[in-house]
Amino acid sequence: MASLNVRAAVVSITFLILVLGMWEMSAQAPEAETAMTEYERLMGGADQESRVPPPSKVIALAWEELSNPFYDAGANDKGIGIQLAYSIYRVLTGYLAAMAIALPVGFLIGMSPLMYKALNPYIQVLRPISPLAWMPLALFIIQDSDASAIFVIFICSIWPMLLNTAFGVANVREDWINVARTHELGPLRTALTVILPAAAPTILTGMRISIGIAWLVIVAAEMLVGGTGIGYYVWNEWNNLDLASVIFSILMIGVVGMVLDLILGRAQRLVEYKE
Amino acid sequence: MSKSFLEVDGLSKVYPDGQGGDLTVFEDIRFSLEKGEFVCIIGHSGCGKSTILNVLAGLDEATEGNLVMNGKEVKGPSLERGVVFQNYSLFPWKSALKNITFAVQARWPSWSKEQVREHSERYLKMVGLDHAMHRKPSQLSGGMRQRVSIARAFATQPELLLLDEPFGALDALTRGVIQDELVKIWEETRQTVFMITHDVDEAILLSDRIFLMSNGPNARIAESVSVDMPHPRARATIFQNPSYHKVRDYLVDFLVNRSSTALPEKDGTPKVISPAGGDSAPTPDDDSQSASPAHAVNA
Ligand SMILES: Nc1ncnc2c1ncn2[C@@H]1O[C@H](COP(=O)(O)OP(=O)(O)OP(=O)(O)O)[C@@H](O)[C@H]1O
Ligand SMILES: [Mg+2]
Repeated sequence: MASLNVRAAVVSITFLILVLGMWEMSAQAPEAETAMTEYERLMGGADQESRVPPPSKVIALAWEELSNPFYDAGANDKGIGIQLAYSIYRVLTGYLAAMAIALPVGFLIGMSPLMYKALNPYIQVLRPISPLAWMPLALFIIQDSDASAIFVIFICSIWPMLLNTAFGVANVREDWINVARTHELGPLRTALTVILPAAAPTILTGMRISIGIAWLVIVAAEMLVGGTGIGYYVWNEWNNLDLASVIFSILMIGVVGMVLDLILGRAQRLVEYKE
Repeated sequence: MSKSFLEVDGLSKVYPDGQGGDLTVFEDIRFSLEKGEFVCIIGHSGCGKSTILNVLAGLDEATEGNLVMNGKEVKGPSLERGVVFQNYSLFPWKSALKNITFAVQARWPSWSKEQVREHSERYLKMVGLDHAMHRKPSQLSGGMRQRVSIARAFATQPELLLLDEPFGALDALTRGVIQDELVKIWEETRQTVFMITHDVDEAILLSDRIFLMSNGPNARIAESVSVDMPHPRARATIFQNPSYHKVRDYLVDFLVNRSSTALPEKDGTPKVISPAGGDSAPTPDDDSQSASPAHAVNA
């Protein structure tokens, strides 16, 4: 009896082969028709262009791109690795800046009912704003497209971290706080040695949600500001009508997003505890 | 009066009753503890025992009254008063040992790492958990967790130990085993202990005196019952001591028949009762002393 993992892998691969096979066949179908007139061939050729490319073509392209991911042949022709690196750099910069503010402020709000009441209305108004809505304002004030994209990441990743930190800190069990008090720990040591580890799983959940949102938003933001990054790359290839590249970069966006999530998932498991 | 180790003078606590009025949970609580005493407090649920204990710990504030320990007024929590909470309150992200080193480090910040560890391990050993010291609380049974929690409290060697129903959540068998641990560790350290319990037998096994609380609201500590039996006492043989039954009958009678009407002395201090001594037996001390060699033979 094969283990569940093995059986799942078999089903998974079968599924992949089925879907790819169907995709390949439907994409190839018009080519199977023979005896085209000159006109048909001309039209068929043009038609071919707007058809979704078959997986074989995408895989061939992926092989080519991934074997030399960091080439740089001018503004509109950079390797996928370079484009992804730009996007990751922006996401991480905006994300870390958000973290630097969300964690301390979240602690403050979580520990002080006064600050919670005072700041909550602003958070509630600012939180539902689509991060891209900030873009024009950011471009106007910052006057730099790269920094504006980073700002948009900052603004979209701050809320889940802020709210989860505040929630986690506010809900630390009273008993643990009392243990800290009876051991005469100061406020800073209580925060670091009791509240932080107690709230860490909740905080990391927020950080994980944030990184997911940031990665969703960077693609749209780069489509807007252009220049570099995976979002710009997708849009640029669409303008070139290079659908194989579009599909390939979509897959790469998925892979990088998954890796970011995996990393935070690991971190989450490190700080988790069972009561 | 002011010579006692701990002086509690006219403590009362008022909570809002939820309908716009006030609820006086307990009032005019007066008692004193001597250094090295083990005192249990018994009373019906809701009479305010936990609140009194939290006030003693400095975690809660009384509405009225004074609290003086070692000549100093109690303001806020302190390492001089260790607390064992009913639900263990160990940090689940720390191992059993780390839970104790955390406390020991807080108590003696100047100690070296080895010193802290050695001291902590000694107390874990006292409660018989040296084999499980690297396990997290979630990997320990309820009884083991409470032992860690007791070890943590004793390890910091506070001047006063406050235990809030430390065995309340344990089954009878485990409870008995840990009572024995507590007897052992207390014999070794002779720390001053103030403990809440619902268990009459547990109170007799452990205490020098037992405070009886009348029912709330407006609860008082009505009586202070002396348990004149020599230490160390053993759970298996204590019932052979004639004093045991007299004390037990007295306590049960109070809890069943008199707890709603009982009052302290006119000056507010609890009535001092000595059930084993108030009898026709000539001297209570002789009585208990003659019984103790019999324990030793039987044990
Ligand atoms: N924060 C609070 N607000 C209002 N009333 C409270 C509060 N805390 C406790 N009380 C009331 O004070 C009374 C005493 O509570 P306490 O927890 O001290 O009782 P207890 O004697 O320890 O009971 P038990 O044996 O069940 O633990 C109860 O009637 C309770 O309803
Ligand atoms: Mg209680």
